Amino acid sequence: MSNLLGDTAVLTGRSLTHIGRSPDTIVTTAVTPVALMLLFVYVFGGAIRTGTESYVNYLLPGILLITVASGVAYTAYRLFLDLQGGILERFRSMPIARSAVLWAHVLTSLVANLTSVAVVVLVALAMGFRSGAGVLAWLAVAGIIALFTLALTWLAVLAGLSAKTVDGASAFSYPLIFLPFISSAFVPTGTMPGPVRWFAENQPVTSIVNTVRALLAEQPVGTDIWVALAWCAGILAVGYAVATAAYRRRVS
Amino acid sequence: MSQLTEPGPAIRVRDLRKTYHQKQGGDLPVLRGVDLEVARGSIVALLGSNGAGKTTMVRILSTLLAADGGTAHVNGFNVAARAADVRESISLTGQFAAVDEVLTGRENLVLVARLRHVPDPAGTATDLLARFSLTEAGDRRAGTYSGGMRRRLDIAMSLIGDPQVVFLDEPTTGLDPQARIDVWRTVRTLAENGTTVLLTTQYLDEAEQLADRIAILHEGRIVVDGTLAELKALLPPAKVEYVEKQPSLEDVFLALVGGATPTATPTTTKEER
Repeated sequence: MSNLLGDTAVLTGRSLTHIGRSPDTIVTTAVTPVALMLLFVYVFGGAIRTGTESYVNYLLPGILLITVASGVAYTAYRLFLDLQGGILERFRSMPIARSAVLWAHVLTSLVANLTSVAVVVLVALAMGFRSGAGVLAWLAVAGIIALFTLALTWLAVLAGLSAKTVDGASAFSYPLIFLPFISSAFVPTGTMPGPVRWFAENQPVTSIVNTVRALLAEQPVGTDIWVALAWCAGILAVGYAVATAAYRRRVS
Repeated sequence: MSQLTEPGPAIRVRDLRKTYHQKQGGDLPVLRGVDLEVARGSIVALLGSNGAGKTTMVRILSTLLAADGGTAHVNGFNVAARAADVRESISLTGQFAAVDEVLTGRENLVLVARLRHVPDPAGTATDLLARFSLTEAGDRRAGTYSGGMRRRLDIAMSLIGDPQVVFLDEPTTGLDPQARIDVWRTVRTLAENGTTVLLTTQYLDEAEQLADRIAILHEGRIVVDGTLAELKALLPPAKVEYVEKQPSLEDVFLALVGGATPTATPTTTKEER
């Protein structure tokens, strides 16, 4: 067990060095969400009725989820490159804890994505985003985003392990980036036609967006937070189980 | 299970079998009952054509792949039951130089040293860089290295923690003649220090140059296993023929680029089978 922690720390240091040497991945991750934010706030926003005063306040939670969804593609990409380059074989023939390799990528994903999220929040502040939320509410937001990142990261691990090409490794994130569009992230679900509305209200993004939005707006979170946590925990559990099984299959 | 380290051979393989099940249907039996023993401190070359199963065998011995049947022991440990102990005893240099291209040569070495829990990772890295003539390049990214430098770094990474058994899977494939000779020198030094080396190759001269024993893997079995002299004795006695000495292209290449004098190339008398 101490081996697992020590080896994971060493390998996490390695992947963080990779990111440190190509910080453009952090910036690239933030570019799409920032562009969407600019587009929606300054182009479409004026015509959207959300029932809140500031559209950027309304929009930010969904933008943060899009940031994470596009960021985890890099995790799949990095894992895929490790597999291709043979360095993973080297690690696996060494006396190190088996799952340390995966955990290192997962922790690196967490650090990289939360950094990208911070960048996007800074841009939002510059665009007029304001929140009176206290430290506890911010911690809760950070916790939910972190949990969401972990859940998507294990999906990314699965994609990285099973991909045949570099493009395939990151393609899994496209539907994830699209999911917030059919949710309460950009517009209230109330105006959507029946089946679309049903889908929007029952998919994971809406409950997560509503929870983060309520926390930042100092509103009661209601039951949304439990639905959001259940979705995140569920995706995390399934993703973890399937990804580690795929890793073991690849190993033997 | 009497699987303690001493004394026994470094590698003992009995009736090892492996079949790949292909998606297009049809099974591909790669190993069909391989028997092999490698004595401690010796260099054994596993010779075979492409697809003969050399890499499969190395992957099984280094715990990366599970066999279908038979047993394999490395350093006295069963590769299936005691994989962790096997990994403590070995190191693998695969067919493609597995170095981290983003990290520098030095960082690659420190990384492996820390993962192997070596007491002084930084010192170990500095020593190995010097030993493999990489000191100057040590602080450059490995991605900028030439093929020969990458291979040297790769082998240097394999030596950290002084593994008892080293697997080298086609260590000189894709290298220029000078780099090849450097790798050969390294392998000889390893064996002199008591490390057991199992190397796979498809180059006959490489086996001839390096190996104490040569095992030929053909159609899933070891068809011959012996010293070079024993292998030669299998064929009709040598006849003596006088041939004019012609420098080989390798001689010319090395003379022109100022490499080391090549060893053991044909002289005026050439033995033929």
